[in-house]
Amino acid sequence: MTQCTFHSAKKLGLVISLFLFGLAVACQTKSGGSDDPAPDTTDTGGVQFHTTPVPFRQPANFPTPVYELSQNPLTVQGVALGKSLFYDTQLSRDSTVSCGFCHQQFAGFAHSDHALSHGIDNKFGTRNVPSLQNAAWGREFFWDGGITDLNTLFIAPLTNPVEMDMKFANVLARVQQSPKYPQMFKSAFGSDTVTTARFLKAISQFVLTLVSADSRYDKYVRKESGGDLTSDELAGLTLFKQKCATCHATDLFTDYSYRNNGLPVSSINDQGRYTITLNEADRLKFKVPSLRNVERTFPYMHDGRFTTLEQVLNHYSTGVKDSPTLDPALKANGQLGIALTATEQQQVISFLKTLTDNTFITNRAFGPN
Amino acid sequence: MKNYFFLSLVLMGAIGVAVVSCDTTNPYVPPEPIGSLSLTFDNIAGTQDLKLNATTYQNSVGESFVVTKFNYFVSNIQLKKDDGSTYTLPQGASYFLIEEEKPASLSLTLASIPSGNYTGMTFVVGVDSLRSLADISLRTGVLDPALNDGMYWEWNSGYIFMKLEGTSPLAPAAQNNTFFYHIGGFGGGFNGKKTINNLRTILLSFNGDVVKVDPSVKPKVQLKADVLKVFNGPTKLSIAQNSSVMFDPYSTNIATNYAAMFSYDRTQANQ
Repeated sequence: MTQCTFHSAKKLGLVISLFLFGLAVACQTKSGGSDDPAPDTTDTGGVQFHTTPVPFRQPANFPTPVYELSQNPLTVQGVALGKSLFYDTQLSRDSTVSCGFCHQQFAGFAHSDHALSHGIDNKFGTRNVPSLQNAAWGREFFWDGGITDLNTLFIAPLTNPVEMDMKFANVLARVQQSPKYPQMFKSAFGSDTVTTARFLKAISQFVLTLVSADSRYDKYVRKESGGDLTSDELAGLTLFKQKCATCHATDLFTDYSYRNNGLPVSSINDQGRYTITLNEADRLKFKVPSLRNVERTFPYMHDGRFTTLEQVLNHYSTGVKDSPTLDPALKANGQLGIALTATEQQQVISFLKTLTDNTFITNRAFGPN
Repeated sequence: MKNYFFLSLVLMGAIGVAVVSCDTTNPYVPPEPIGSLSLTFDNIAGTQDLKLNATTYQNSVGESFVVTKFNYFVSNIQLKKDDGSTYTLPQGASYFLIEEEKPASLSLTLASIPSGNYTGMTFVVGVDSLRSLADISLRTGVLDPALNDGMYWEWNSGYIFMKLEGTSPLAPAAQNNTFFYHIGGFGGGFNGKKTINNLRTILLSFNGDVVKVDPSVKPKVQLKADVLKVFNGPTKLSIAQNSSVMFDPYSTNIATNYAAMFSYDRTQANQ
């Protein structure tokens, strides 16, 4: 019944008919396939509306972003709408939890109060809240990379029963019925209809503005004023490049890979990336986090088990546990971990503190109104 | 499997062609004449009609169960002509969610079909990787995560291709005797990410029937989907042993089982 064999002649016919068909659909302005009349965000049905573009912040020392900005151009109106949604507790079941509840600006849009994410009804998740900074450069999101598109990320915390615990459709209905939002959607997208794409892309627009690139280290790299590093910090930078930058690569301080960094398995028994790929080689692997604002994003690791940078450095020098998927970089020459003297550890920590971006964590534009 | 690779090649080709051939000043007019056909999915359980929350059925290992939900995605429909050629439905208009609890969802109208004599069809159960990763504004209607009755995994971005839920005395008391099979996994991703691939392509002949499409008639093609085949195929699925299967290596066995649940039933020349 399901065997699938095509003759090569049939293949040719298929390709030809496909080509003709491609011509036929090439000029359709809308993707069909739905009984949903919602136009996409660029089709305003002839409604005249004017948005003010917001230039995307591209730091000179960062690579090109991954996010398709052409599919969601930043506008003053879109960012304002996204920010309002981001800080709105009404998007949660009992109106107590907003995105900003867990993603705190002063903590680099991570969460410094709890090791594990803390949501509705005082329930806890199984992982530490990740930072939201520089999301435009991420290809996948969450500690396990389960999210393949920033736009669809937000559905997860909204619907997670231990975070905001809403049905996604009910979130949209609530927003549609609110006194203020339809007008904001009209300003941003030319229509007061709250659609999935508009709602998600508005939050994306706000999150995409959360670019952190003004730490003392950035100024040092870009040779700007205020970029002086002390001798200890410079020694730490040298050590960091030798011993840490394999994984915490580039000025984003992550290579976005998934690695097992030798943490003993905790009672949560989180298998990390394996839960997404079901590939045995991915067991106990987690995304390498950026180290930007790391002084503020404590506690550390996927489960927040370490509260200080000293504990983290101590783990890498003496706490790495061997296992089949342990990252080879942590087992070089048969030696577990990263060799660092106590002085060197302090120098690395001094350097890491130069990644604190006070401009970013105090920028009023990123905080609730 | 091979066919899926070919299909994805074809889809990429379609998108490529669509992108390069777009010229709004000179819109392409599809050749006349065209017609349409109705495609109906009749969900059954062996020899009986499927009735939700009512009839008790037996699976191949003798376990009794009641079905409370039975949904699946049908996409990427192609129709085969008696001259050996194939008509591929416009890709964007080729995603359907069949939900037993919504009678209206069981009948699809395939519009703008070129006139001709059709002898068979192929379709995919699930949502292909290209569309699974497409911009959210291209995922409306049944592909909208807010509107598709939970046929989407928000924690592991992707669609649930087939959802079968029910009750059985063999299901754990701790689950209120419910069992559930949520099968998805499009196999793709970025940076070499390779998840399980539970997309299945179904090839159906119209068993010698010729379905004639032209502007004056709208034939009604009826397919059957036998829910018992979800349990009975290369793998004998036991509710007692596997009462809930979601994103799990075992799910590929269930996908292979349900790929064989479709059969051609009959065609009414003009409904």
